[in-house]
Parts: sequence; structure tokens; C-alpha cells
Amino acid sequence: MSEILNWLAQPFSYAFMIRGFWASLIVGVVCPVLGTYVVLRGMAFMGDALAHIILPGVVLAFLLGWPLAAGALLVGVLAALAIGAVSKRSEIKQDAAIGVVFAGAFALGVALISMQRSYAVDLAHILFGDLLGVSDSDLWLMAGLGTLVLLTVFALYKEFLVISFDPVLATTLRLPVSLLQNILLVLLAVVIVISIQAVGVALVLAMLVTPASTAYLFTRRLPSMMLLSAGIGSLSAALGLYLSFYINVASGPAIVLVETAIFILAFVLAPHRGALWELIRSRQ
Amino acid sequence: MAQLLTRPPSHDVSAPPIQVEGVSLRYNGVFALRDITFSLPTGQLVAVVGPNGAGKTTLFRIIAGILRPDAGLVHVYGHGPGGHVCIAYLPQRRQVDWSFPVTVKEVVMMGRIRKIGLFHRPDRRDWAFVHHALERVGVDDLGNQQIGELSGGQQQRVFLAQALAQEAEVVLLDEPLIGLDMPSQKAIFATLDELKREAVAIMVATHDLNLAAERFDQVMLLNRRLIAFGIPEEVFTRSSLLEAYGGYVHLLPEGDGVLIADTCCEGEEEYLWHE
Repeated sequence: MSEILNWLAQPFSYAFMIRGFWASLIVGVVCPVLGTYVVLRGMAFMGDALAHIILPGVVLAFLLGWPLAAGALLVGVLAALAIGAVSKRSEIKQDAAIGVVFAGAFALGVALISMQRSYAVDLAHILFGDLLGVSDSDLWLMAGLGTLVLLTVFALYKEFLVISFDPVLATTLRLPVSLLQNILLVLLAVVIVISIQAVGVALVLAMLVTPASTAYLFTRRLPSMMLLSAGIGSLSAALGLYLSFYINVASGPAIVLVETAIFILAFVLAPHRGALWELIRSRQ
Repeated sequence: MAQLLTRPPSHDVSAPPIQVEGVSLRYNGVFALRDITFSLPTGQLVAVVGPNGAGKTTLFRIIAGILRPDAGLVHVYGHGPGGHVCIAYLPQRRQVDWSFPVTVKEVVMMGRIRKIGLFHRPDRRDWAFVHHALERVGVDDLGNQQIGELSGGQQQRVFLAQALAQEAEVVLLDEPLIGLDMPSQKAIFATLDELKREAVAIMVATHDLNLAAERFDQVMLLNRRLIAFGIPEEVFTRSSLLEAYGGYVHLLPEGDGVLIADTCCEGEEEYLWHE
């Protein structure tokens, strides 16, 4: 018994592990809650694109000596609003427009990094996260922004629900639909900024869509879908961190792999909607 | 955000529920609606009829505020666009994700969100409203089902319940009866009759001229222009019908009736109307 406790407690004898644990927990809760809307509204590609678009912002902030999150937040929010505007009145289809901006901005980011000397190390951290390098001030910023996102999702719950389920009803009820959609996009940008340190721009998408998709296999109620996906997200974050500590895997990918494994299990075994259930039902 | 915080202005009760003045809308240079002017009386069941492509849906979407007309104005109880939340619009085919994780009760509650207001949660009174609305359309036993588990007729009734929960004073229904089972059709008409007694203004777009003549107080004959609007006996004249339906009208040899073959929808029959 004490061996197990020891095994569980040992990582926490390091201060950087404690900070990493808190950081992963914040990301593990906030991402899936907003990710529920990303999954239900079919915004997965938009989320992935926003994450990559943020890269030049991070690099510019680094070059200018700003806090990285500030650059990321600025670029992320601007990009979110720009995509919202472009897709509303443009001859180009939305996914193509996103693709153009996404690839262009990402190339700009990589080009900027490649001009630096410590290129290899920093790029890897931005792409795949550096959970164990989280500082105290990073942690406070993540906690503050995370709370802001959760409070907004809670405060505008009914409004977000209506614009997501039935935009025509939202319009006849005279809700400011595009303002609310823009708020969702800005929240998405904020969540991505929070997650960069934990899992990096390349893997943020998994934090957004994987736990929420897993939860969708179990429930058809929005509040329980949010709670369940937050539970899956935080559990995966903790398990991933242990994996990372004991078998020496990079922490970001470890968390994402745990989430993916849970999704696969649910996809096969979930009651009513799982593959195994379908198989048994079709045999009868 | 300011829109969410301000309360909608109170109604000018002396003004008609809906006043449409000179409304026109063009798609690619072609008039979908041209210079429509009418005012809708309170507490009346109004049928909007006309051939396929006559602009019935477009008119409803303009009144509901989903489309903006190129010219003209829509006043709702004396207030301009954006100043009211008392209109309920039930489209023919709702463009929603039926597997969305919401229950029937929650869908009906959506009608009340402006009444509840920003940052507030539905209270016991709001849920009582929802339950009563579901009861009135006869699907109160389905409140906890996920919306996609219901039949088409039940879903249509749920959206009517949503309009009731909204306490809508103007209800627009676009072809509400197409493809519905009999109990659902009956339930919908029973509810519309009740609403009428509560002085709610109701407009129903329909292809069914017989139904329009038998079940409605007033009929609006539309074919991009407003051809006639009044009690059925006055509207369904040979010349008006000829004007609205053009090539689809066949004069009967007896000379006292017209036969209208409209080719709009599947299962669409021929309608016989005797003057």
C-alpha cells in the first residue's frame, strides 16, 4: 500500500512537477468544456487553424521580449475575429479561407523561428508543449484566463445553447447572433493560448475535441456532456503526467495519447452507442 | 451586448400586430416580393396562399427579421425592426442538428430566454410555463426525451409549444401540416384556435386552398405581389385566382368553378374551388 502511495507521491517531490500538474489540470478542465461547443458546432478545423495561426504571435512576442501569452492572445483574438468577418461575406468558402490564413500564418511563424539560433529546442516546445517548464507566473495567468473562460461559458449558457442549436430562432428572438459567435471564437483563442504551454499548438485540437467526443458517446444532455468531458480531460492530464514521469515520454503527447486511448475504449464499449453494442444488437 | 440588456419596448396596443409597408425583395435582380402592403388584424387566423415560388416563405422570413427587405418597412405593434421579441416563426423544415444534446423541455425553454434575460436562469415559474405549453400541444409526456427521438409531427408540436412558452403575440407557420400525422394536425389546429381566442395574430402559409377557405378567417393571395387579402369569399374570385395561379388554373366547363393544379410538392392534389 505504502509503495503505491509512494509511487503516486514521488513525482510531487519536484516543484516543477507540481506546477506541471496544476497546469495540466487547468487545461484538462477548460479545454473540454469549451471543446463541447467545438464538437457540437463543427468547429474542429477552425480550432486547429487558430492554434497554428497563433504561432507567429508567440514568436514575435518572444523576439520583442513580451510575455509569450500576450502575443499569442493578441494574434489569436485578431485572427478569430478576422476569420469570423471573412467567412461572413466572402466569395471564398469558409474552410478554404481558414486554410489560406492558417498555412500562411504558420509558415510565417516557422520562418521567424528559423532565423533564431536556438531554433530546434524552442520550436519543439511551442509545437508540442513544455509542461514541466511552466513558471509560477505562467500558472497564475493560466488560472486567471481559465476562470474567465469558464465564467463566460456559464454566464452565457442559454445564449450559446440557442445560437448553437437553432440560429434561426436566435435571430427571431433578436439575440445578437454574430456578437455571440465572435465571443465564442475569442474564448477559443484564449483557451488555445492557455493550452500552448501544456500541449503545444500541434496538439491543442486533441484537448478540445477528444474528451468532448468521448463524452458525446455517453450522454445526450449538454451539462452532463460538459462535466463528463472535463472529468475525462483532467483524468487524462493526471495519467499522462505520471506516464511522462515514469516512462519518460514528452508530457503533452502523453496526455493526448491517454485521451485517445479513453476515446477508443468508449468508442468500442460505450453502452447504446458503442461499436460492440451495435454488433450485439445487429446479431439479435 | 446592449441589445441583450435592454428590455424590448412595450407595445403600442392601438397599432396592428403587423404592418407591412411597400416591402420589396429581389434575388439576383428578380423580384421575389414586390411592393407588399397590408396590415394584419389581431386575433385572426390568416392563411397565406399562392403558387410555388410566390414568396410566402420570403414574406415570413422578412416579418420574422431573418431577411432584410430591399425596400419597405415592417412594424410590429408600432415598433420598427429589432424592437420586439414577440414573433414566433416555425419554418417548414427546421435546419437543426437533431442529434444535438438537448431535451424537449430545453428546446421549449429556448423560447423564453429573452423573457428570462441575460445572466439569469429559468426559475420555477419558467418551467411551469414550459410544462403548460407542452401540455397544451399534447406532448407533455415527452419532456425529457432528446429532441431527435420524436416523430416529425411531435417535433412540430414541440416548436409550437416553444412559441407558446415565448408568449408570442404573432405566430408565423410555414406549411405546418405537410407530412404530419392526423393527431399532430388536430393538435396544431386546436392550439391555433386557442391562440386566436387569446388575441394572437396567426399567419399560416399553405398550399391547401380548401383548407384555407374552410378553416381560416382571412386569406392572403400572394404571387410575388399581394393579389387579394380579405375573407375567403372575397378573395377566391375567378379573376384573383387566375391572376395568382396563371397557367395552373383550368376553367371548368360548368362555368361556376375553377380547378387549380399546383405542382409544388409530392402528394399535392388538385384543388377544386367553387365560387
